[in-house]
Amino acid sequence: MNPSSVIEIKNVSYRYDRDNVLENIQLSVPKGAFLGLVGPNGSGKSTLLKLILGLLKVKEGEILLFGTPQKNFKNWDRIGFVSQKANSFNTGFPATVYEVVASGLTKKLGLFRLPGSKEKQAIKAAVAAVGMEQFLTRNIGELSGGQQQRVFIARAIVSKPDILILDEPTVGVDSKNVESFYEMLSYLNKKMGITLLLVTHDIGIISDKVTHVACLNKYLHFHGSMKQFETLNEDDLSALYGHGIHLLDHHHDHQEADI
Amino acid sequence: MIEAIGQYEFLQNAFLTGMIIGVIAPLLGAFIVVRRLSLIADALSHVTLAGIAAGLYFGQTFTFLAWLNPMYSGMVFSVIGSLFIERLRTVYKHYQELAIPIILSGGIGIGVIFISLADGFNTDLFSYLFGSVSAVSREDLWLICIVSVVVMATVYLLYKELFLLSFDEEHAKASGIPAKSIHFIFIILVALVIAASMRIVGVLLVSALMTLPVAASMRMAKGFKQTIAYSVLFGEIAVITGLISAFYLDLAPGGTIVVASILILLLVIAAKKFVKAG
Repeated sequence: MNPSSVIEIKNVSYRYDRDNVLENIQLSVPKGAFLGLVGPNGSGKSTLLKLILGLLKVKEGEILLFGTPQKNFKNWDRIGFVSQKANSFNTGFPATVYEVVASGLTKKLGLFRLPGSKEKQAIKAAVAAVGMEQFLTRNIGELSGGQQQRVFIARAIVSKPDILILDEPTVGVDSKNVESFYEMLSYLNKKMGITLLLVTHDIGIISDKVTHVACLNKYLHFHGSMKQFETLNEDDLSALYGHGIHLLDHHHDHQEADI
Repeated sequence: MIEAIGQYEFLQNAFLTGMIIGVIAPLLGAFIVVRRLSLIADALSHVTLAGIAAGLYFGQTFTFLAWLNPMYSGMVFSVIGSLFIERLRTVYKHYQELAIPIILSGGIGIGVIFISLADGFNTDLFSYLFGSVSAVSREDLWLICIVSVVVMATVYLLYKELFLLSFDEEHAKASGIPAKSIHFIFIILVALVIAASMRIVGVLLVSALMTLPVAASMRMAKGFKQTIAYSVLFGEIAVITGLISAFYLDLAPGGTIVVASILILLLVIAAKKFVKAG
């Protein structure tokens, strides 16, 4: 086991009923990396995330979190998660930015404990890290999609996790703000030392920000640093995806059509 | 009025009970409204009615049960009803709201059976339906005090868990807090508060005291703590003005309290419009 890996996925396969969603995945997220996990819709990205987060049970293979087998893992506050669904929460909810970010400390504080001055500092620091300090007392519903997503990132980093997992975080972000959004992520990665695992279907947009890339489409087609990835040309890339879809047919010739 | 309260114990009971209910009903109501569970309060209040009717019937039929305060049986039914709702919500995963009409009609059905068995409506039952200024006993007051202490202590201690569960249930579950147990405790608190509020606002209007002050509060509050604070403030104003007018005009307080809540709500909406336009 490589001690500098935050997440280590070994030979993981997963199926819903008869459909194989993931086949023999090997993936490691090195400490300090900004890893972009790319794949088209339906490629099993979300399933892999759910497996990592323990929302689905790993039945084949093994996932190690900070070197600990996932089923024995207890320090969930070391892992921050920002879901795609953060965009579809109840926008009418009367909570301020401060209250939303404070809710990220719920698990870390434990039952019956109220946030003290140390926690209040941490909340303000997390809000500042995502550039939202002037909105502390605004209701979350009054903010734009991109601003809301920043608040959810602040909620995820307020408990000072070692890794932040983001599932398509720019879904509700204006295209003109996407660039500054990724710059903020880069800042978290480089300046605050948070390892990032970013799941997206769009490699183009993140290519100059990430340090590592993994391409997923049921199988893991590529896994390496951005430098290695850049040596691949367009044909290689489409071959990766095309090949994956081709393989899918082979394994399911008893079914009429997949997906 | 104040003179009368000093003079008559029943008025003291009613006002103290009312002021306590004015705090705890909107307090839980704030969580209920933001979680879009307003109708659960309605369903549980009808189950409580069944419990109260059962208590009245058994107390009148079996002399050895004559001591039974119908509020106890109301609470027991309400808590059992809340457990059923949770169970049904997991049975009908994709039709969670279906639990509400099932429990609501079940509550009325059982209630009506006991009411018929007990030989129809009497004034006692009327006071449970619409509240009463004169029917609150010292015993009721003590029971409501205990319930309110339990409710306020629990909400204080579990505030951040309840907030997270209300704001983002999925995240609450993913972050590893005992979301199920917290929700379970919450729904039992709701059941208790509904049974406790019954004496003042009555079974048919309990949910109004849990939702209307919150509806008004949400129009103007910044943040959730402020939402709770304004809700409690509006709840208190509604209960006190409602009880006073009920006393002087000889009306059922359930009606006056709810009308007062609606007036507050309309005022807040109008004021908000006015501020925006100005």
